[in-house]
Amino acid sequence: MYDVAVIGAGVVGAAIARDLAGTRNSVVVLDARDDVGEGTTKANTAILHTGYDAKPGTLESRLVARGYDILTEYCARANIGLDRTGAVLVAWDEEQAASLPGLQAKAVENGYEDTSLISAEDVYDQLPSLGPGVTGGLVVPDEAVIDAWTVPLALAAEAVQRGATFLREHRVTGVDVGAEQTVVHTDKGDVTARWVVNAAGLGGDVVDAMFGHDRLKVHPRKGELLVYDKLATQLVDKIVLAAPSKLGKGVLISPTIFGNVMLGPTAEDMEDKADTSTSESGFEFLLEKGSRILPALLDEEVTASYAGLRAANNQSDYLIDVDAAQRYVIAGAIRSTGLTSAPAVAEYIVGLLAETDLDVTMRDDLPPVPVMPALGEHQVRPHADDEMIAADSAYGEVVCFCERVTRGEIRDAMRSTIPPGSLQGLRRRTRAMNGRCQAFFCGAEVKKLYESYREPGDD
Amino acid sequence: MTENTRLLTPRVAVIGGGPAGLRAATKLAPAVDGEVLVLDREREAGGIPRHADHPGYGIRDRKRFMSGPAYAKALVADAEAAGAHIMTRAMVTGWEDDETLVATTPQGRVRIRPEVFCFATGARERPRTARMIPGTRPGGILTTGQLQNLVHVNHERVGTRAVVVGAELVSWSAVMTLQEAGCRTVALVSQYPKGESYGLFTGPGQLLFRTRVETESKVVRVLGRSRVTGVEIERADGARKVLECDTLVFTGGWVPDNELLRMAGVEIDGASGSPVVDATGRTSRENVFAVGNLNHPVETADVVALAGEHVADRIIEHLRGDRPSIPTVGIEVDDPILWVSPSAYDPQGPEPARGRFVAWVDRLVPRPTVTVRQSERVVACKRLWWPAAPGRAFRIPSSLLQDVDAADGDVRISLE
Repeated sequence: MYDVAVIGAGVVGAAIARDLAGTRNSVVVLDARDDVGEGTTKANTAILHTGYDAKPGTLESRLVARGYDILTEYCARANIGLDRTGAVLVAWDEEQAASLPGLQAKAVENGYEDTSLISAEDVYDQLPSLGPGVTGGLVVPDEAVIDAWTVPLALAAEAVQRGATFLREHRVTGVDVGAEQTVVHTDKGDVTARWVVNAAGLGGDVVDAMFGHDRLKVHPRKGELLVYDKLATQLVDKIVLAAPSKLGKGVLISPTIFGNVMLGPTAEDMEDKADTSTSESGFEFLLEKGSRILPALLDEEVTASYAGLRAANNQSDYLIDVDAAQRYVIAGAIRSTGLTSAPAVAEYIVGLLAETDLDVTMRDDLPPVPVMPALGEHQVRPHADDEMIAADSAYGEVVCFCERVTRGEIRDAMRSTIPPGSLQGLRRRTRAMNGRCQAFFCGAEVKKLYESYREPGDD
Repeated sequence: MTENTRLLTPRVAVIGGGPAGLRAATKLAPAVDGEVLVLDREREAGGIPRHADHPGYGIRDRKRFMSGPAYAKALVADAEAAGAHIMTRAMVTGWEDDETLVATTPQGRVRIRPEVFCFATGARERPRTARMIPGTRPGGILTTGQLQNLVHVNHERVGTRAVVVGAELVSWSAVMTLQEAGCRTVALVSQYPKGESYGLFTGPGQLLFRTRVETESKVVRVLGRSRVTGVEIERADGARKVLECDTLVFTGGWVPDNELLRMAGVEIDGASGSPVVDATGRTSRENVFAVGNLNHPVETADVVALAGEHVADRIIEHLRGDRPSIPTVGIEVDDPILWVSPSAYDPQGPEPARGRFVAWVDRLVPRPTVTVRQSERVVACKRLWWPAAPGRAFRIPSSLLQDVDAADGDVRISLE
């Protein structure tokens, strides 16, 4: 029996598990998929938000701002790629230009005072390749791009290093809440815990209903993204935001932490919580937007296209609540801002739990923060690290040519605290096969290495 | 970059040890006073033929009919015998400065500062993602390159029912590889009205491999969750249907590997993505040459090897100090020609490799008439005996450009 079961190993569940594993409580994390961050987390647009455009006074506003600070510091300690490129919110007509001062005032209400209004001319100075028609801009200098794949992995790995158990491919099918403990039924057997934390993302409403609540409705909102090849970064070195609309933050163009350029996302309300297919209409929409925002981008090669699902919901704010009678906590209705706010959500929940019978005093014998492999394009990666190659020639064997991934990194990923459960998981841990050739040259070799390192003791 | 990083100063650095690079090195090594260094990122040099374990190599350059791997071995042996130094597992990652490349090897990083750079980095197939084909992202989707690596180098199995996208020469190479791996090709999907490959393949190929070519069709959707279960195709008339398969191979759609040249600011042809080169492989930078399928994606390996020999002659002259700076004229093309290589030409200078320009078309012209114009003047107009077909190199004799006037501006080539 565990003290706490966390349902969901996305970025929010991983952050909560990490914090609770730092107490004297035993923690188990359950996820329906075969890896950390396999749901809404993995297709996030990977921007660390200042929270300048949140709804003032909300829990979301507070936790995004706090999360920004925690995560900035955490990324530095855990060696996670984070690049403070800054963002420019670009107005393309008079109406949008007129809305910028209001957005600036809203940023101040959210506690963020460093935005500045700039003229169309200044926008073109900063972003010379933008298409014609800019009418003005709002600079948000602290918006940053981040390695959204490594963040949940680092948090989950730290949870495990602190003693938590990670059970993948455990889909929760029901719960029995008893007087002292709750039995969580999964398709791989029962897990018993005193407390249960629901961080199930897209499935958050289903788990919440298992505890008898009828308040949250989650539906998937599909976002399609196009990722352009490395040399497109010559066109844009900042996040280019569109004026917000009812369906979200609109289409943005952003450098990525891996040295590519991203265009997206679309916003399409769906019913199927597993449908991450891309569509003709989605591509057409993105190309149309892209051709107006940054025309030269369309001459570059597309490296990848993705579709991710965001957890759209019926709440106007995050739903974070402790049901002490059932020893049940929900971290629900957490939108795409959850990547930034996750560590603050965890901190907030630990604070709420301190008021209950659960002892959340931190232990003083915690292992150090895990040092993650450098995946950011601006970081010194093994192929460029003379000392690493001299110490171990496997870091000089480049296997994935496009992304410059070495055999040493693939080996390390396979032997890491939470090794990948699939080739897709290996991609997210190393960048292997994510480049312009999409495995034309390295796919066979990477697969061979993946299989050989799965055999224990094989070098 | 630390001061300790080893600095190599060969006279010529050849980047890419495929047919073009190896053949260039073979010719250069005995003629050049100093080192000719070939950098290749794979475990063994030889390039794409290493992975294509079927006959059809060496016809034009070695006057033999041999398998890809045997051909690759012969090229490597020749280059080594000629005195070229081949450094494998050397991945060139970028430039330290205008004159110095940086490479990662298992023995550490090296800097390479040669007198002359010869880029022979080749081309890759455009993968599914870059083609922006919607649908799911299941397993079982490959390019020919990945397929041939899996089957020929790693001896792995693929599925049992494949759809091959494309019907050009490389597509049939994929069909052969699939058959060897016990996977039947249920259909090839071609956007063109006729299969774009050599007639030799399209007719008999369909019988031989018990397959068919779905013409005037394009893939519009990929189906399947963990493994591909089918593709939806759309004909030119808008009709759609689903082809069931467990393996989907995207073939052709060649993209030159031009990244290092773009990083160096070398002028790139917007239509092909290849560097702008003259008939001798000179780029817009004086000591940077380019050769092979980087310049014309793609030609067969034997033709590429002969181009390697051709560029070597010019590099030898360059090293001797013979560096003509005669102005060259640019070459523009009209539909259905997509690009031509070389795309710059010096009427007083040497001919391109094999006395031919290489072009790529996107529409079949069975008996094409080629017209070469300069300003309003028709320089040449000639009907050719061979077809211009999508998916294979269309060769234009350089004699058609012999009356081009160096002072008269750009040349325009059209096709009817």
